Parts: sequence; C-alpha cells; structure tokens
Amino acid sequence: MSFPADRKYTNSHEWAQVEGGRVRVGVTSYAQESLGDVIHIDLPSVGTKAKAGGPVAEIESVKAVSDIYAPVAGVIVEVNDALADAPETVNSDPHGAAWLFVIEAADLGELDGLIDADTYAAHVAAGGH
Amino acid sequence: MSLRRTPFFAHHKAANARLIDFGGWELPVQYTGILQEHATVRSAVGLFDVSHMGEVFVRGPKALEAVRHLVTNDVNIPIGRAQYSPMCHPSGGIVDDLIVYRMSEAEILICVNAANRDKDFQWMVANNPFPGEVEFVDEGEAWAQVAVQGRHAAATLQRLTTADLAAVPYYGHTTGTVAGVDGCILARTGYTGEDGFEVFLPKDGADLLWPAILEAGAGFGIAPIGLGARDTLRLEARMCLYGNDIDDETTPLEAQLGWAVKLSKPDFIGKAALVAQRETGLKRRLVGLKVADKIARHGNPVVIDGAPVGVVTSGTRSPTTNENIALAYVPTSHAAPGSVVGVDVRGKAAEAVVVKGNFFERDY
Repeated sequence: MSFPADRKYTNSHEWAQVEGGRVRVGVTSYAQESLGDVIHIDLPSVGTKAKAGGPVAEIESVKAVSDIYAPVAGVIVEVNDALADAPETVNSDPHGAAWLFVIEAADLGELDGLIDADTYAAHVAAGGH
Repeated sequence: MSLRRTPFFAHHKAANARLIDFGGWELPVQYTGILQEHATVRSAVGLFDVSHMGEVFVRGPKALEAVRHLVTNDVNIPIGRAQYSPMCHPSGGIVDDLIVYRMSEAEILICVNAANRDKDFQWMVANNPFPGEVEFVDEGEAWAQVAVQGRHAAATLQRLTTADLAAVPYYGHTTGTVAGVDGCILARTGYTGEDGFEVFLPKDGADLLWPAILEAGAGFGIAPIGLGARDTLRLEARMCLYGNDIDDETTPLEAQLGWAVKLSKPDFIGKAALVAQRETGLKRRLVGLKVADKIARHGNPVVIDGAPVGVVTSGTRSPTTNENIALAYVPTSHAAPGSVVGVDVRGKAAEAVVVKGNFFERDY
C-alpha cells in the first residue's frame, strides 16, 4: 500500500495536509478499508478547541465506532458538512473529497512529530497497531 | 494457537475476503462489503459458510427423553422436524441456544453455537439422564455447514438436489445428495429472517459444494456473505446472539424466549428456577429499541432519569430501514412497547423507544 507524499500521517491512521497556517485532516485509505462501510460521521463544531492527539470526531461503520484524533492542537475552523449526507465518501475517496475538518494550528511545528508517507506505509505493513 | 479453517477456506481466500479470528476460526467477515452483502440476502440469495457451528448427535432409544431433560422447549415434534430451544443451567441461566433436529426414533441432531461447542458437549454428557442408554457424540469435526438464505434460496438449492425442497416446511428437514455430495441434511432454518436452508454436509468432499451453489444461484444474483452481514441480518430479524444478548447469567424468560420454555413439561434442567422467576416476576427484559440519532452498541448503558438501569446487548444501523436498532435489557417497568428510555452512547445521551416485534418482515 502506498500513500500520497504531499502530507503527514499519524499512527492512528489520520492524514494531515498543511495549507498555509491550517491543517486539513482525514483518514487514510488503510483506515477506511479496516472500518468497512462507513454509515455515519460525527464532526466537531467549528470553533471547537482540539488538543493534539485528542478525540475530535467519530466515524461509525456498520460494525463499530472509531475515534478520530486531532493530529495537532488548534481550533477547528472548517468541517466537511457534505459527509453528513454521503458518509460513504470516506470509503470511496478518503484522501480527497472525504477530508473531515480543518484545524487552525496553534503551532505548525507539531507536524514535525508526525510521520511521512513511507514511514506510515511501513507502519501499515507491520499491522497498523 | 493457529486458527481453525473450514473446508471452504480456499474459496474465501480466492474471493479476497477479509478474514478474522471468530472464536478460534479463521472466517470471512466480509467479501465486498457488509451493506452490499446484506442487501443481496434481502433481495436475492446469499451463501454463508457456517462450518464453525457444532453438531452433536444423541443416539439411543431414550434420546428424545434425554434431550427433553436438557432443553427448555418440549421437543414435541415428529421425525423430520426441528425446534429452537435454550438449554439452561439449574439457575435458569442459558448454557446455549440451539436447534434440535429429530432424525429418527433413536437419533437427534443438535446444532450448537461455535463458541460453545466444547462447553455444550461436556454439559450434555455430564447431565445425560440415561448414561449407558443414551450416547452423546460430538461430530463437529466430521461436518461442514453452509447456509443458503434469501427469497431464491430454495430455487438455488433445488437445482443441485433431487430432494423435494418444496415439501420441506419451515423448521423441517430432509436428507439427500447435493451437487454430488452424499449424506447431506437440508434444513429449512436460518439466522437471517429470510426463507432458506442450512445444509449439513460431510466434511470430506464438501469443498465442491461452494462453487456449485454459487453457480446454481448465479442467475438469481447469489453472492457469498460474511459474518458481518450475518450479524446485521440476524439483528434485523431480532434473533439473539449467544454471548451478546444471552449468556450464562441471563434466563430465557428475561430474554423474551419464553415461547421456547415449556414450564408444563414434567422436568428439565432449570425448571425450578424459571418457575420461581416467573412467580416472583421478572426484573428485566430484553427488548427491541429504536434509537434516535445515535447508533447504540453492545455495552452501552440504558439510562432512566440519569441512572444506569440496563444495558444494550446488540446495536447497529439497520441496513434495510436505516433506523438505529438495538436489543437491550431494561427494567420490566420500561419493557412495554412505546416506553421511552435513554441510552448512553459514549457519553452522549440518545433517546430510545421500545418497539414490538421484528425490525424487519420479509415481503414474500
């Protein structure tokens, strides 16, 4: 499995893409495959303060519910409302149209603590735990 | 410990199924996706590998009497019929829920849950009322099992067997050759809420049956179905899952399985406790819930006036109706249809209404 090199990743299977001072966040194709059919997404409200590594959203698949963690600390400034009516987008386009939220990062330097695409691919190959 | 595999494992692998450890068995949880597989069974027909289920044969002139002592239902059925029943501890707690098939005057087949195979067999042997006269034989290793479920299940299987399936009623069974495999038991039972059959077949030579059934059902749109959809299908049909909804600590009366408990029967294990429970009144009941906004899951607390009073035992979003459905133990005071309770879904409160009957009824 390979992953886009234009962004960073977390061991908990989020991707984080820098856009100016902001960070767009979603889940990886590996995550969506593990989840199976996604049927519901709980997104935070705009204005929510997120701690790095803190749970900010939930993705429900048929089988289970999973927490989505903020890769960096900051304030949620945008959420993908389109997912409310089309949660299956997470399955079909996890790295693109199914972005979940955008964080105004308190310190973009926190991104240095995340892993790159190759390291993430190795993490997944090792079982993803 | 290495996982056990069924005779159909190579087919699951070839179909690129996602495999999981299910009670020590390496089984497919999904092939293409739970929602798609669920819809295939509801609209057409699906094929399940249920070889992990256990088969116990009870043999001897007093086999029927012995089984009646072990299970709560009356097993008042003729040869060629089957019956669902809990099997209880003296406490009334459920050892397992099973299906009893009357094969002949002196032979009964009991199909038990995969996770309970050893426990059940040991329980039956230890509580055999006629040791020396009645023999319990664990034949789980000798049998494979598939389920063919959906509106086109009978037509699919009929193409592969000379057994007259139209003559087999719901909870009836017959024997025959299926796709060249001799000695199959074809039972009109299932765990989906659909019409269909569960086919027990000797493990030797079983492998051929899988592709044969898929080919026979191709014109009907058949597909292999994993454990994920099996769970959502059974929940819509409001069938209990042992280990989730019922267990050693719950009684069949609490689980609303009273229809399968015959307290008028002279004696059976658990009778005294169940009679006493009925006389003193049930404190809790397993009910169906429709949950607003949130998907309740196994283990979520049921809450009334802020206090935890019960627990969700199964929950999902119904793929058929898109409603959030659940089974939960609630206090008897809130068990009547229309009662409103709360569910604590990961710290967030959701309102739920107790509903009667199945979450889904087939339309044929």
